[in-house]
Amino acid sequence: MLKTDNTSRNLCIAFVLLLLVGLILPNWLAFLTTIALAKAMVVVGLVMLMRAGLVSFGQGLYYCLGGYTVGIAGQHLGITDAVGILFVSAFIAGCLAALLGLLLCRYREIFFAMLTLAFSMILYGVLVKTSELGSTDGFNVAKVTLLGWQPSPGQLSLVVYSLACLVAFLTAFFMHRYYQSGMGFAGEAVRENEIRVEYLGVSPQRVVFIKYVLAAMLAAVGGSITAMIAGHVDPEMAYWTTSGEFVFVALLGGTGHVVAAFIGAFLFEVIRTIAFDLAPYTWQMILGTTLLLVIFFLPKGLWSLLKAKKVGGNNV
Amino acid sequence: MSSILETKGLTKSFGAITAAANINVTINEKEIVGVIGSNGAGKTTFINMVTGYLKPTGGSILFRGRDITGFSPRQVTRTGICRSFQVAQLFPELTTLENMLVAHAMLSKKRLGMQAPMKSQTNIDTAMAALSGYEIESYADAPVATLPQGIRKLLDIAMAMASGPDLLLLDEPTSGVAIEEKFGLMDTVMEAVKRSGAASLFVEHDMEIVSRYATRVIAFYDGHIIADGPTEEALNNPEVREYIVGSELHLQKPEDDQNAEN
Ligand SMILES: Nc1ncnc2c1ncn2[C@@H]1O[C@H](COP(=O)(O)OP(=O)(O)O)[C@@H](O)[C@H]1O
Ligand SMILES: [Mg+2]
Repeated sequence: MLKTDNTSRNLCIAFVLLLLVGLILPNWLAFLTTIALAKAMVVVGLVMLMRAGLVSFGQGLYYCLGGYTVGIAGQHLGITDAVGILFVSAFIAGCLAALLGLLLCRYREIFFAMLTLAFSMILYGVLVKTSELGSTDGFNVAKVTLLGWQPSPGQLSLVVYSLACLVAFLTAFFMHRYYQSGMGFAGEAVRENEIRVEYLGVSPQRVVFIKYVLAAMLAAVGGSITAMIAGHVDPEMAYWTTSGEFVFVALLGGTGHVVAAFIGAFLFEVIRTIAFDLAPYTWQMILGTTLLLVIFFLPKGLWSLLKAKKVGGNNV
Repeated sequence: MSSILETKGLTKSFGAITAAANINVTINEKEIVGVIGSNGAGKTTFINMVTGYLKPTGGSILFRGRDITGFSPRQVTRTGICRSFQVAQLFPELTTLENMLVAHAMLSKKRLGMQAPMKSQTNIDTAMAALSGYEIESYADAPVATLPQGIRKLLDIAMAMASGPDLLLLDEPTSGVAIEEKFGLMDTVMEAVKRSGAASLFVEHDMEIVSRYATRVIAFYDGHIIADGPTEEALNNPEVREYIVGSELHLQKPEDDQNAEN
């Protein structure tokens, strides 16, 4: 009855491979992969919410918060340690999410989606009006250090890339286990039938609250990594189109497996880069068409392609 | 006999409608009580109040002498009362086994784990044993959405019973189940209840089933209790005969596929 699950082993292999490949990747591809990994962090959190039946259209709030935490820590507080900042930014996002979560955990469906959107747009509005933080232009982020070591500009992208790989690996590893845990299944239970959950002695609100806070922390870490590799943050990170992009990627990859978010995020960046090259003015159309095709033909996302293959393989 | 549940003057009104008025009920340890009454008599409202789904407009609910009025369903579950639903309340996209595993995980004293796998061999064994107690283990891997009505009802009850309650409230366990399967279903449920040592109360429209399984009957009519006593006696009560037993004979199809109520 128990199918052997090789995910943990495969994740370890993928992690080592990614680190090795990092040594030979051309700069632009290392940059693209780091951005994809960072965004995938946000998407993983979003997928966790989606598995509980909730779509957040405002993960940009925490993505931006994470980015600005890196920026402000480096420029204004002189804190540049990459690992330390990741923890700080997850902590700050967790605190804000705990506050907003108290309200949000009572809402479902479109109300949840709209409220999350509204909160992210409030941050956007505040940042646009704050000239100390560069208003709409944002500001450049100080180069990060690693345990007191200042990588040279040439090394920096490899350092951030490796850090992104490590964080992504840890996230995928633990999130995969989380999906199989009692709390993981509680999300599906809440999506399917809250009355039953109540009568099983568990608060659906509490389940949603915990997931919302976790998702926010992941999004902040993603935002921080983006800021580190891009060297710049701006309010666009909190804008609704950014949040929409995360939903897009979640749908593209699918919610069936934690790895789907990473595949979705990577393909999204690739498609966007190609689309931008092909059609600098209408690249959004290419992305839109891609999403339509996925929704029509792969309603469970690209992950269903992999899964179908596996099942087929076992049967033959 | 010691009483476990006692309601005093329990009342519920919805605007102008009084769904339950001055309900005084005592349930004793290990007792099996049948509840009868036509549609809209207030049976479900009574169960909803006792299990915290509805807040009573007046009166109080005591469980083992402790006032549990105003408790949420979560708290009521934790104190030892569980219920089944007129329309089975399940997780349709999960399998039968997964439903049971979730029930056990949520009802266990421990917090829901975030890393320990829910489908560990120990958990699966426990859940499978629980399913066999209701003779539905052969459906373990079927998604709940594909199950026949009777199996869903059994799973609904099995999940409720996973808490090891002292009192089980069954809201129309046989509704939506084919006539010929009703006795089999009740046999299975009642055996499981007896094994667990819980007291139970079941709402039922079929008088044959009521007389077969209940030792005591409570009759609801228009939000009031019009009879409460040993089965034989209650069913022969003139008011019960006129308002309930008589009408059930003509009204062969009770609120079977009604989805409005939970
Ligand atoms: N949530 C509600 N809002 C308004 N009226 C309700 C509600 N629930 C039940 N009622 C009314 O209360 C009365 C009793 O209903 P109910 O307890 O479901 O009856 P039974 O289970 O005995 O068929 C009915 O008249 C019903 O219409
Ligand atoms: Mg009813």
